[in-house]
Amino acid sequence: MIGDTLSQVGTLLATHSIYWLFIILMMTGFYIVVSRGNLIKKIIGLNLFQTSVFLFYISIGKVTGGTPPILPMKLKVDDFSVYSNPLPHVLILTAIVVGVATTALGLSLIIRIRESYGTIEESDLLEINRKIFSRENVQDLQQGDLFKDE
Amino acid sequence: MNSPDIITSTKSFLDHLPVLQVLFPFAFAPLCVLFGHRKIALYITISACALAFVISLLLLRQVLIVGVVSYELGGWPPPVGIEYRVDFLNAFLLVLVSGMAFLTSIYLIGTMHAEIEEDKQTLFLTCFLLCISGLLGVLITGDAFNLFVFLEISSLSTYVMVAQGANKDKRALTAAFDYLVMGTIGATFFVIGIGFLYAATGTLNMYDIAERIREDLPNRTIQVAFAFILVGLGLKGALFPLHTWLPKAYSFSPTPTAVFLASTATKVAIYAIIRFLFSVFHSHPSMLESVLINIVMPLGILAMFAAGGIAFYQRDLKRMLAFSSVSQIGYILLGVSFMSTIGLTAAVVHLFNHGISKALLFVCTGIIFLSFGSSFYKNIKGLGRRMPWTSAAFLIGGLSLIGIPGTAGFISKWLLVQAAIEQGSWLIVAAILISSLIAILYVWQVTEIMYFAKSPSTETKEYLGPSSFLIVWILAFSTVFFGLNTSFTVEYSSKAANLLMNNFTMEK
Repeated sequence: MIGDTLSQVGTLLATHSIYWLFIILMMTGFYIVVSRGNLIKKIIGLNLFQTSVFLFYISIGKVTGGTPPILPMKLKVDDFSVYSNPLPHVLILTAIVVGVATTALGLSLIIRIRESYGTIEESDLLEINRKIFSRENVQDLQQGDLFKDE
Repeated sequence: MNSPDIITSTKSFLDHLPVLQVLFPFAFAPLCVLFGHRKIALYITISACALAFVISLLLLRQVLIVGVVSYELGGWPPPVGIEYRVDFLNAFLLVLVSGMAFLTSIYLIGTMHAEIEEDKQTLFLTCFLLCISGLLGVLITGDAFNLFVFLEISSLSTYVMVAQGANKDKRALTAAFDYLVMGTIGATFFVIGIGFLYAATGTLNMYDIAERIREDLPNRTIQVAFAFILVGLGLKGALFPLHTWLPKAYSFSPTPTAVFLASTATKVAIYAIIRFLFSVFHSHPSMLESVLINIVMPLGILAMFAAGGIAFYQRDLKRMLAFSSVSQIGYILLGVSFMSTIGLTAAVVHLFNHGISKALLFVCTGIIFLSFGSSFYKNIKGLGRRMPWTSAAFLIGGLSLIGIPGTAGFISKWLLVQAAIEQGSWLIVAAILISSLIAILYVWQVTEIMYFAKSPSTETKEYLGPSSFLIVWILAFSTVFFGLNTSFTVEYSSKAANLLMNNFTMEK
């Protein structure tokens, strides 16, 4: 029973290795986003996360035994060759642009954060934000009941 | 639609409406940068929004006549080419989004100089136009990957718009960064889902995907795709436990941003959820049913209570409104999860009605913010006397949040209760009514401070230019109007719901 499952997993690993690679890369990126406190590391993790999806798309475009989808001379389709699917590549070209834009925007936000807060560590940022928040609330408390006359 | 004579025949202006809907704001955005001057950019923005609004109304009229308008981009017939497809559901929401964009652009006349730094105003308007075209694109497109691209166009410009609050409060920067991280994770999840669907079907046209997954037995690839798409769009639409970016983004962003986002951005993400549920995955009713009843419905009810409760404990108008938005999204998802025509009607009507009322509330909050420098409860004491016009309008919006008869919010809650009764689940009816009591609590708290607390001074101080005044009262009037006259909203929503449920019952 266990042997069966193991051999199933083995064949799955062997035949779908590219998917495992994609999952591992994706989870690595996702883990960096969640676990790292440094905002730049977060952006790098996010990038890795997105890139893994690009690899996934490109891998599903591959047709077994297929050649690159480039038409031979005179723009005639060769009836005997199998072509890989070019569409995922085109899609990913768009997704890469989106990824670049996201990274650029994220990094520029980090620069602005560094200018105003003096730090890019998430824990410090949270601490500063909490202080601002509690200062606002202390003012509220000092004024006492909202309905008291002034 | 695929017949060649339609493609080759010369098309009139009216045939190109679907693409023009997206194209006008998109093409006017770079014009803002080119002209460079902020006054000119503002007029460009207003005219682009006005054009988009007119086109959305024309499209709605066309949909009424033809039923479904399908537009082939570049003359490539679907499913090979990208298809823009307008039916009752998105025609109705196109009117909401472009109408709100138009109102926000007029609101910007009186408030932009006070909210946004002078040298950034032109670029802010550019982002605003890009955001509009992205949202309109999400609504109108029939292509799954195209939807992702438009979603990211709107989200990227939204991050910039949120970060513009940094000149008033630096926390806008961290809010925008959090939103960027969460939003990108959401979008990437969505793209993974689309990838799985593409791997399973080999097509990206949503209606074609629906056709092709029809014959399949429950298939692991399709189930995984569904899960990824739902979580991804749930992040964008602030589905309850995924909502953490929303309160920060709404409360620290400049108020024009908050007005526009609160009334459109999450609504569009929820539209995408509805579209995928009922136009793509409807051929797997058992999967849908189990997800909607076991996950979406409890989360929706949880959102109504938890976010409503948190809203009560806020001491800042903007944050209170943001949390109340999360709780109102709960009502919409509850309506969706009934999987009945009337439930879906309630959800779509609430998308519209809540959009209007929340825009009204945020516009009033913006005026309060500009008059007093903040929107803390301690600063709005006795506002009823100091700012009579704004306070009165705020009250109307608040009543609509609760769902008092005569306001727009009542109509959608009434339909929602009807849907719950139709299902025979009295517990849910009780949940809707009790959560409305929570809404009464947080709205009443503000009303009490506004009207019954003594204010430090009695001078009237109303930061209300003619344009802001106009917007406040247009929104207040429409909140009441759509509460009394339901022929427009309910009629269109029920038509949209009927169309979606037809797909669904055919499968069953």
